[in-house]
Amino acid sequence: MGSDVERLVMGRYVVRRLGQLVVVVLGATMVLFACLFVLPGDPVGQIAGSDKARDPAVIEQLHKQYGLDKPLVVQYGSYVGKLAKGDLGQDYTQGRPVTEILAPKLLNTAKLAVVAIVFDVIIGIAAGVIAAMRRYSVWDITVTFSTTLAIGVPSIVLGMIMQWVFVIKLGWFPLISDGTFNSLILPAFTLAIIDAALVAQIARSTMLEVMGADYVKTAVAKGLSRPVVLLRHILRNSVIPVITYVGISFGALLGGAIITETIFNWDGIGLALVTAIQQNNNPIIVGVVTISVAVFVVLNLIVDLLYAALDPRIRLA
Amino acid sequence: MKTNKLNEQAEGDDMTSAETAGGSGPDKAAPLLEVRDLQVEFKVRDNVTKAVNGVSYSVDAGETLAVLGESGSGKSVTAQAIMGILDSPPGRISGGEIYFQGQEILSMPENERRRLRGAKMAMIFQDALSSLNPVLSVGFQLGEMFRAHRGMSRKDAKAKAIELMDRVRIPAAKQRVGDYPHEFSGGMRQRIMIAMALALEPDLIIADEPTTALDVTVQAQVMDLLAELQREYNMGLILITHDLGVVADVADKIAVMYAGRIVETAPVHEIYKRPAHPYTEGLLASIPRLDQKGQELYAIKGLPPNLQNIPSGCAFNPRCARAEDVCRTDIPVLSQVTERDGTELVGRGSACHFWKETIHG
Repeated sequence: MGSDVERLVMGRYVVRRLGQLVVVVLGATMVLFACLFVLPGDPVGQIAGSDKARDPAVIEQLHKQYGLDKPLVVQYGSYVGKLAKGDLGQDYTQGRPVTEILAPKLLNTAKLAVVAIVFDVIIGIAAGVIAAMRRYSVWDITVTFSTTLAIGVPSIVLGMIMQWVFVIKLGWFPLISDGTFNSLILPAFTLAIIDAALVAQIARSTMLEVMGADYVKTAVAKGLSRPVVLLRHILRNSVIPVITYVGISFGALLGGAIITETIFNWDGIGLALVTAIQQNNNPIIVGVVTISVAVFVVLNLIVDLLYAALDPRIRLA
Repeated sequence: MKTNKLNEQAEGDDMTSAETAGGSGPDKAAPLLEVRDLQVEFKVRDNVTKAVNGVSYSVDAGETLAVLGESGSGKSVTAQAIMGILDSPPGRISGGEIYFQGQEILSMPENERRRLRGAKMAMIFQDALSSLNPVLSVGFQLGEMFRAHRGMSRKDAKAKAIELMDRVRIPAAKQRVGDYPHEFSGGMRQRIMIAMALALEPDLIIADEPTTALDVTVQAQVMDLLAELQREYNMGLILITHDLGVVADVADKIAVMYAGRIVETAPVHEIYKRPAHPYTEGLLASIPRLDQKGQELYAIKGLPPNLQNIPSGCAFNPRCARAEDVCRTDIPVLSQVTERDGTELVGRGSACHFWKETIHG
């Protein structure tokens, strides 16, 4: 009922949330700009050559070229002005537009994130459902134990173990990633496992909660078959909190998995960020952060909309 | 409004009758539902909670049995055992039989049992808000009955759902069929629960405190609707309640439960006049009355028993003013209540060593 009104309310909600996006991006980049400004080290030092060979005139020229001679506020102002036109500036080492450098890397990160999240959801939900349905069984204990273990292991350790086992001992995957699907599997799996452990724990606890709900008893009392009760009445209600977590997690992955991309040498924006930090390549750093902040906020919005679509009790306001 | 029906029932209403003994197939003379010596326990680790300890009762078509008792008396657990929706584990039926239309249902395979649920016997729960799925529209949830049991298409089921909503007098059913439970008022939600239970015109309805969560004014409407539909479809109704006021209006007979046992059974109008068990006496005395304004309300002293450690003898003895030594050692059986001169009072039973003193003063 009143679907026109609902659509209007939702439209307004989306517009307001996108307005928030602008504020968040501005805030994040402003903080980042200030931080990079006060940091020691000359960003153009790398381009100007080694310490001894530096020519003060060249440095000055470069400062001028990149606008580094101007005050921070002016620099930030010109950055925002360009950003509004979708321009992230030029990088220091290659002198190419940041967007041009980051576009293929963003695509790589997205590939990794999508595959990781698919593994994540499949493993996480399956493990959670099995554990909840066979509570206190060997399955449940196995899931509880292994998920707790997985959550405790840092991704850097897990990634190295994976490399050692599957690359060095078994030789199933290439050591240096070549961008193929085959070299994608290990990093995706590394990302997925830790996350899947959390998904499994959330799925298990919400399943147990929903299984004890009165409406599940009603569903059984209606004479519905077990699969219908499970899928339509239990699982459907259990996945709502899981979706929230997975959505946020996906947002974080799209922002670049710094450690995993570095370990597996996956040419995504996480690895680009690490390289840029090492080289004082500020435009890339700012670019990556701007992109990840924007992606994260947009994904959060999508999660909220999805949440409202799945649970009619949620009102967007 | 029930007096004529009461007279009809008076003859065939002997709770201690053993008419159905040995009958395996459908039996004309058998009651619609007969529970025999049902025992249910809940086991969590080493703690055994004895929720139902030998309950027997029966309901005929068109008859209303009110099961009365405080929380923890086993009235809802008995109902869930009949429906086959006990949480098991930890719940377990440790003894007894349940005959439905002459057929023992506890030994039935689960998929046959499932076909009875919703179609032949249905249940109305106390809290309609939590008993309806929050993320599915009421129309969908009503339609599920027809889809699951009659194999109807989604579209036909929806049309049926609208019909049902009309039937329980939900205004603008056609416009509201797609609404979600939280968009309805408490009374309307309970009507939806009733509609769901009635969907396939079952022979037995179990209503577990159907009006407890509602406003007093709405309670009467919902109860009247339920009674009306019951009459129309000639269904057996088990009304689980702790509200003696509700019982007086709609029930034909009463079973009072305490600590998982039936302590008294009687036709409804008789129990108010002459209770035959001290617990029933206490329950009746604790109904607030207008002519007692200003006086303190009566309450049965003490607390309901701990079901993991039920008192020996009569479970009520620690709270009972009449208790004597025998009450602490021997469990009283439900025995036929008679007049002073020995004439049997039809349908009356009391599980009290001193029922004579209680009823005859």
